[in-house]
Amino acid sequence: MFELVEQYPFFAAVLALVILGAAFGALLGYASERFKPEGNSIVEEINAILPQTQCGQCGYPGCRPYAEAIAEGEPINRCPPGGETGIAQLAALLDVEPIPLDAEHGEEAETRMVAYIHEEDCIGCTKCIQACPVDAILGAAKQMHTVISTECTGCDLCVEPCPVDCIEMLGEETTLSTWHWELPSENVDLIATDRDAA
Amino acid sequence: MRKIWDFHGGVHPPENKHQSLGKPINSAGIPPQLTLPLNQHIGAPAEPVVAVGDAVLKGQMIAKPLGLVSVPVHAPTSGTVVAIEDRQVAHPSGLQTRCIVIDTDGTDRWVEHAGLNDYRSLEREALLAHIRQSGIAGMGGAGFPTAVKLGVDPRQKPIETLIINGTECEPYITADDILMRERAAEIIAGVEILQHLIQPAETLLGMEDNKPEGIEAMLAASADKDMEVVVFPTKYPSGGEKQLIEILTGKQVPSGGLPADIGIVCQNVGTAVAIGRAVLRGEPLISRVTTVTGEAVAEPQNFDVLLGTPMRYLLEQAGYTPGRQQRLVMGGPMMGFTVPDPDVPIVKTTNCLLAPTVEELPPPPPAQPCIRCGLCAEACPATLLPQQLYWFARGKEFEKLESHNLFDCIECGACSYACPSNIPLVQYYRASKAEIVQLRRDQAKADHSKTRFEARQDRLQREAEEKEAQRAARKKAAEERARRAAEDGDTAEDPIQAAIARAQAKKAANAAGDQSDAESQRPAIAQMDPAQLAIERAKAARADAGEQSPEDKAQSHLSRLQERLAKSEAKLVASRNAGAEANVIEALEGAIEKLKPKLVEAEQALAAMRAEQSVQDSQPHALKANVEENAGEQADEQSGQKDAAQLAIERAQAARADAAYQSPEDKARANLTRLQDRLAKSEAKLAASREDGAEARVIEALEAAIEKLRPKLSEAEQALAELQAETET
Amino acid sequence: MLADYSILLIGAILVNNFVLVQFLGLCPFMGVSSKLETAMGMSMATTFVLTLASACSYLTFNYLLEPLGLGYLRTISFILVIAVVVQFTEMVVRKSSPLLHRVLGVYLPLITTNCAVLGVALLNINKNHNFLQSLFYGFGAAVGFSLVLVLFAAMRERLAVADVPVPFQGAAIGMVTAGLMSLAFMGFAGLV
Repeated sequence: MFELVEQYPFFAAVLALVILGAAFGALLGYASERFKPEGNSIVEEINAILPQTQCGQCGYPGCRPYAEAIAEGEPINRCPPGGETGIAQLAALLDVEPIPLDAEHGEEAETRMVAYIHEEDCIGCTKCIQACPVDAILGAAKQMHTVISTECTGCDLCVEPCPVDCIEMLGEETTLSTWHWELPSENVDLIATDRDAA
Repeated sequence: MRKIWDFHGGVHPPENKHQSLGKPINSAGIPPQLTLPLNQHIGAPAEPVVAVGDAVLKGQMIAKPLGLVSVPVHAPTSGTVVAIEDRQVAHPSGLQTRCIVIDTDGTDRWVEHAGLNDYRSLEREALLAHIRQSGIAGMGGAGFPTAVKLGVDPRQKPIETLIINGTECEPYITADDILMRERAAEIIAGVEILQHLIQPAETLLGMEDNKPEGIEAMLAASADKDMEVVVFPTKYPSGGEKQLIEILTGKQVPSGGLPADIGIVCQNVGTAVAIGRAVLRGEPLISRVTTVTGEAVAEPQNFDVLLGTPMRYLLEQAGYTPGRQQRLVMGGPMMGFTVPDPDVPIVKTTNCLLAPTVEELPPPPPAQPCIRCGLCAEACPATLLPQQLYWFARGKEFEKLESHNLFDCIECGACSYACPSNIPLVQYYRASKAEIVQLRRDQAKADHSKTRFEARQDRLQREAEEKEAQRAARKKAAEERARRAAEDGDTAEDPIQAAIARAQAKKAANAAGDQSDAESQRPAIAQMDPAQLAIERAKAARADAGEQSPEDKAQSHLSRLQERLAKSEAKLVASRNAGAEANVIEALEGAIEKLKPKLVEAEQALAAMRAEQSVQDSQPHALKANVEENAGEQADEQSGQKDAAQLAIERAQAARADAAYQSPEDKARANLTRLQDRLAKSEAKLAASREDGAEARVIEALEAAIEKLRPKLSEAEQALAELQAETET
Repeated sequence: MLADYSILLIGAILVNNFVLVQFLGLCPFMGVSSKLETAMGMSMATTFVLTLASACSYLTFNYLLEPLGLGYLRTISFILVIAVVVQFTEMVVRKSSPLLHRVLGVYLPLITTNCAVLGVALLNINKNHNFLQSLFYGFGAAVGFSLVLVLFAAMRERLAVADVPVPFQGAAIGMVTAGLMSLAFMGFAGLV
C-alpha cells in the first residue's frame, strides 16, 4: 500500500484529498449537530412588524401565520393594513427589494378605520362578537352590542357576519390632537414669479 | 460679573423690535364677543362647567381641568354664554375645536375673589392647586401647565437654580420687554412666590442686551431682592429653554431630559406676573400682554388684551389696513405660523400678532436643491445635523432620524433661516416627528392587539379542551353505566328502564330549563360572599382531588340511584315470579317507592347543572371573558366592582336559594306563576307597542317571545299537574 | 520584528488594500454595501473567515501538501479549507445570531468564492510567509476589506437619499464612487 503511494504520486494526491475531505466532513457533521438552530426567531421579528389587525386579508388566519409564511418565503406584499410602510420595514428586515402592495389582497386605507355599530339596528345576535379577533365588541345575547373603539383594529371581520348590516367602518377624523404637518411638497421646478401670481 | 457661556450656532435675524415699543401697554378694551377655546395649553382640553344661556362673571371658572396635565378656563369679563361649539382657532391646521362663546355685557363685573394674603404659611400643595385653578399655562409660547412644571418636589429633587426667562429673542415681539419695563414690581412679586415654591439656591433673570430699558427697570426692582439679572449678547434663539440654561449655567440638558433633571426650573416673566396676580390678588389668567406689530398696522404697540378677543378686533385697535395677500402671523417670524382667519381668538400663548406687508415678510421663495453647504449645521442651536436630517426626512428613514436625535430639535427655524436654498427644513422635521410619533402609536397598538388576540386564542382553546374533557367524562360515565347494567341487571327489563329514565330526565330537563334561564355561572355566583367562596373553593378542591366535576358527581349519584332502583325492581319481579311472601313483596315495593323521588331529584339536579353549563357556553364571549377574568381575582376586589351582570346573577342566586326550600310542587307552582306573569307582561307590551304604532320589528320580536313562552307555560302546567297527581297517590 | 509586522499590517490594510488596489473581493463590496448594518455584519464575518482561512491554509500547505510533495494541489485544497471554514462560520452564526444570519443570507456562502480569501491564502504561499506572518497578513487584508466596505456603505446610505441624476442612479453611482475611492487609496502607495 505504502509502496503503491510511493510509486504513483497520483494516488498520493487522491489519498490526501480524501483524507482532507473526510476530516473536514466529520468536523462539519459535528458542527451541524452542535450548532443546531432552535426555534425560529425571525418569525417573531416579522410578526412584530405586522400590524396585528388579524384581519386575514393576506389569506392566512391571523398575523402570526402570515409571519410564518413570510419566513418560509411567501411574498411580503399581502398585508394591506401594514401598507407600504410595513412592506418597507419587512423588506429592510429580510434584506429584499420592497415590492408594491398586492392589490388582490386589498388596498391600503388612507386613515385608520374603526368599526361602528348602529346601535338602534342591533338585534343582539352576538355574531360579530364571535367574529372579532381581539374581543373589541362588548354585548350579550339579545342585548345591544357596541365596539370599544380604542381596541378595534379596523379589520372589518365583524361587518360581514352581521345579519342586519348595522356595522359600518368609519375613518378616524382629524382633530387638533391628531393633525400634523405634512412634508413640504417638492416643487423645485416652480418659478418664484409663477407662484406669486397665483 | 457672572460668567456667561455661549451655545452652539444661532443666527442674528433683524430684530424689528423698536416699532412696537413706542407706546406703553394699552388696554384693548372689551370686545362684543369672546371666544374661548377649551384647549389653550398643552395637554387634555378643559371640560365646560357652564351651559348655554348662563350668565357668567369676570374671573368665573367656565371650564374645569380634565386630568393632571390640564388647566381650567375662566371668563375674561362678565356676560352670557351664547354657544359651546366647534369654532376655528389659531392653529396652523385651520381646524375647529370646542370653544365657549361669551357675549359680553360691558359691565365687567368681577366674581368674588380674594388673594392669598399669607401664601408663605400655606402648604405647598395648596399653593400649587391655587395656581392650577387659576388657569396658568406657560406664557412664553408653548403653554405647558405651570403647576405641573412646578410640581417637582424640592424635598425629593432639589432645584438649584430658578431661571426667569426675560430673553424674548424672537424678532418683532416685545411683550416681555414692555412687561419688564412697566411691571417690574409685579414680576418680582411673582418670582418671590416661585422662590417660595421651589426653594432654589439662586435665582437668575436672563435678558438679552438689546433691552436696555428693561434691564434698567429690572435691576432697579431687584436691587434688594435675592435675584440676579444676567445680561448676555443678543442671539437667536437664546430664549429657548435649553439654550438659556446653557448660557446662564453652562450646563446642557441631556437629550430627552427635562431641565429639572439637572436641578433647574425655567419660567417666563409673563408667567411670573400671572402667578403673582393669581396668588396675591386672586385673579385667574384672563388677559395677557400681546404685541401687535408689522407694517400693516398703523400704530404697532402692546396691548393688555382679554383672552378670547378676536384677532381682528385687536388689530383694528392698532389701525389695521390689510393689504394685498395679507398674511397674519401668530408668534414671531421665526417660529410663528400663519393664522387661517383674522377672526380667531387670542389665547394664553399668543405673545405676538404680526401683520406684515408682502414686502416686509415676503412668502418664502421656492426651495432649491440642497447644495450641502453646511450652514444649517453651523446655525443649529441643538448641535444637530439639519442637512442629514433633511435627507433622511425626505427618504423617510425614520430610524436614522431618531438615531440622529431628531427629537432634540426645538423647531427654532435657525436652519431654515440660514439655508441659502430656502429649504423649509423645520417643516420636514415637524412632519417627520409627527410621523414617528404616529408609527410609535401604531406599534403600541399592534402590540396591544397582539396580546388581546393571543389571549382570545388561548381562551378559545381552553374552552374547547374543557368541553372535550366534559364530553369524554360523560361518555365514560355512560359506558360505565351500560356496563354495570349489563352485568347485574335483568336484560329484559333494562331497555325499558333506560327508556323511562331518559323520558324522565328529559321532562326534568325541560322543567329545570325554565329555572335555569335566570341562572348563570357558578364561579361568578360563588364570589358573592367570602364564606361561600371558601365553600366553593373547598368543594372545587375536593372535586379536583377526586378528579370529578360537580356534574360528574351528580351523574354518578344518579347512576347509583338508577342501579339501586333497577336492582330493587328486578328483585321484586323475581320475588313475584318465585311466589315470595306478601310482606317481602310489600317491603320491596316500599323501597322502590322511596327510591323513585330520590331518583327524580338527582335527575333534576343533573339536568339543572347541564342547563347551567349550556347557559355558560352560550354566554357571549365578552361577558364570559369578563367573568372568567374575575373568577381568578380575589373576592374582596370583586365586591368593589360588581357590574350589572353580576348583580343580576346575585339576584338569581337568591331566588334559587329561596326555591331550594320549597317542595317540588311549590317550585313548579312558582315557576308557573312566573311564566304566567311574563306572558301577561309580554302581551301587555305587545298591545302597547301596537297602539303606539311601534316598528314592525319590535312587534315581531314581542310576538315571537310570546310564542316561545306559551309552550313553556303549558309544560309547566303539565308538570304541576303530574306532581299533584303523584302527591295524591 | 514589531516593525516588520506593523509594516505587513499597514501594507495589507492601506497600501495594497485588497479591494481598492488589488481589486479582490469586489462582489461583496458592491453587494453588501447598501446598508451600514449589513456591511458591518459582513465585515465581521469576512474578518473571521479570512484570518481563520489563512491560518488553516498555511497549516494545510506546510504540514500536509508540502511533505507529500503535493504543492500543485494547493488551489483545490485551499478552496476545500475555505469552504469548510465558511460553512462552519455559517453554522455558528445561525445559532448565535439568527438576524445576522438572515442579513448575511446569501452573502455568507459567497465568502467561499470571495477571491480575497483565496487570494490571501495563495499570496501567503507566494510570499513565503511564516505562520505568524500569514495570520497577520490575513487579518490585515480583512481589516482593509472591512474598512473600505464600511466607508463605502456609509456613503451609499447617503447616496440612497440624495438627488442623483436618473442615469446615474443605483449601481452606476456606486461604481463611480468606488472608482473615486480607489483613486483615493492609490494615494497610500509608497507609504511603506
